[in-house]
Amino acid sequence: MLGFLSDYTIQNVALGAALLGVISGVLGCFAVLRKQSLLGDTLSHAALPGVCLGFIIAGARQIGFILAGALVTGALAALLMLLLTRNSRLKTDAGLGIALSVFFALGVVLLTFIQSTGNASQGGLDSFLFGQAAAILRSDLWVMGVVTAVALSIVSLLWKEFKLVSFDPVFAASLGYPVLVLEVALTVMIALAVVVGLQMVGVVLMAAMVIAPAAAARQWSGRLETMVILSALIGMASGISGALVSALGPGLATGPLIVLAASAAVAVSLLFAPGRGLLWEIIRRARNRRNLRGKRVLTTLYRLAAHHHDSGYPSEQGMVDAYHGVGTTPVLKRLQARGLVEPVTHIPETTPHWTLTQAGIEEAESILTNLGKQES
Amino acid sequence: MSARSDTETGITDMTTTLHEPDLAIHVEDLTVSYHSKPVLWDIDFDVPPGVMAAIVGPNGAGKSTLIKSILGLVKPTAGHVTIHGRPYQAQRRRIGYVPQRSSVDWDFPTNALDVVMMGLYGQLGWLRRPGRSERAEAMHALELVGMQDYASRQISQLSGGQQQRVFLARALVQQADIYFLDEPMAGVDATTERAIVDILRKLRDQGKTVIVVHHDLQTVRSYFDWLVILNVRVIAQGPVRDVYNATNLRKAYGGQIALLERDAVLDDAPDAEVVPLRGPN
Repeated sequence: MLGFLSDYTIQNVALGAALLGVISGVLGCFAVLRKQSLLGDTLSHAALPGVCLGFIIAGARQIGFILAGALVTGALAALLMLLLTRNSRLKTDAGLGIALSVFFALGVVLLTFIQSTGNASQGGLDSFLFGQAAAILRSDLWVMGVVTAVALSIVSLLWKEFKLVSFDPVFAASLGYPVLVLEVALTVMIALAVVVGLQMVGVVLMAAMVIAPAAAARQWSGRLETMVILSALIGMASGISGALVSALGPGLATGPLIVLAASAAVAVSLLFAPGRGLLWEIIRRARNRRNLRGKRVLTTLYRLAAHHHDSGYPSEQGMVDAYHGVGTTPVLKRLQARGLVEPVTHIPETTPHWTLTQAGIEEAESILTNLGKQES
Repeated sequence: MSARSDTETGITDMTTTLHEPDLAIHVEDLTVSYHSKPVLWDIDFDVPPGVMAAIVGPNGAGKSTLIKSILGLVKPTAGHVTIHGRPYQAQRRRIGYVPQRSSVDWDFPTNALDVVMMGLYGQLGWLRRPGRSERAEAMHALELVGMQDYASRQISQLSGGQQQRVFLARALVQQADIYFLDEPMAGVDATTERAIVDILRKLRDQGKTVIVVHHDLQTVRSYFDWLVILNVRVIAQGPVRDVYNATNLRKAYGGQIALLERDAVLDDAPDAEVVPLRGPN
């Protein structure tokens, strides 16, 4: 039943999606860490007028012209953003937003203009909006492969520089590194990744491919090295699984499925990643709350014993329950398991009684001294 | 970006003519403006080598900007700076810099040792990766600031004081002659503050020049021996005992200071003790 894997088109699509996942996963890490997640969105929307201009100049749907056009208008949008933020009081997010909407509006106008001319060969130009993975050719894969290889080589050659500029650009400048050049290099490479992804997922959803794998990878890794590798792997896995799922039935669009797969990775990472995940946080809080309750019951027993001047004083559980306003059986059972308290019978009463063990007394005393230190 | 692109010819031209070589730092007619509003106005100041100098002034006085323009990170509208007689680009290797702790995102995925090694990137130059000797140097610097046990700790898990020590260690591996620190004592615990002051004093005792943007007037006299009081212009500069007085501070802080009663502990104060009111930052 896995015979569809040998299908030529599916192979092309899966390979292209994998390449896209790797390049956008790696470069997305730098965009996300530099707080420029929106950059991918801006660059991809700004590619639309370039696609149209490439089409107008070539007079037909020629991929070389279209990608070159996309790269040029993407770069122009980035430049506009840079000029806006450097020479006015606008912050980066506002600059990116303005560049995005201006260029996308221009793109839509050009697109409707081309459609109105009734050029027969314009068919499929609007596939760049949402992507059309099935239209990918083996020759396109070569272009994508070369672009990915070039981008990965640059990142590994300038690893130290990119890391420094992403973490502390001011310090990088004080060491004499040309920060602006390095930042432009990163931006241009993200634009390249976007161009690679245009045919696959389209300008509207491309931003997710830049952000999602990186955001997911960040949850699992504490070092840039592992984050980048993991992000590439998550991007690749999303690409391949999106491509394969779309091959299962007709009418399942590849690009959006790839984006959904990457988003699922983000959701899982946000929930379950050790240390940073939401679940981890819930467990940590529950554990803290339980610890706190145990400490409070233990010190209650200690104070009761102290009040009666009897270290072996058998406290009646009803008293402890009443003091804490809740049933303390599970808490006492846990303290018993830790060897801090033990149950005793107190004739003639039949209700449960508890007494502190030697270890319990020491534990309670250390809790109370620490408490005193914090208060003073 | 002219300050960053040091073409070889530019440097050699500058290095042949020394300008005030006996001064660690010589700033002449420096003016910096932001959106055509002057942040620093006609600054002239000198720092002799081998002192521990504080730059103080109210919020918005331009303290950080002054350091940044000396380091070529901010382009001045007018004026020039020399460091031991040469422009910054020629002296870069002799300078260590500790930016404000809040200037970076401490959630960046890296550990303390990695951050310290970044101090060596300037010496490594392009393409070369840090290796075993760089790790050893960084480890040694972490020991100097008492952070050797935290080398592989995620920087997001460090306390504010520990993060500041890591930043200081990153400057220490630069093996500089002049150190610039931007508010190194802001928001750190008392132990860290003591540790930082001790390290800075040791550097000074080795003949190095230490320049600190400082926010706490109460400790100026006990920590520093040289003082620059700044509020867009230079209000006063010189040895702390000559410069630290109520007249100068009132000139700099204006309505922002409340004069306190003369205190027996502060007998050596030439005038009255002043305490700045907490500003918005």
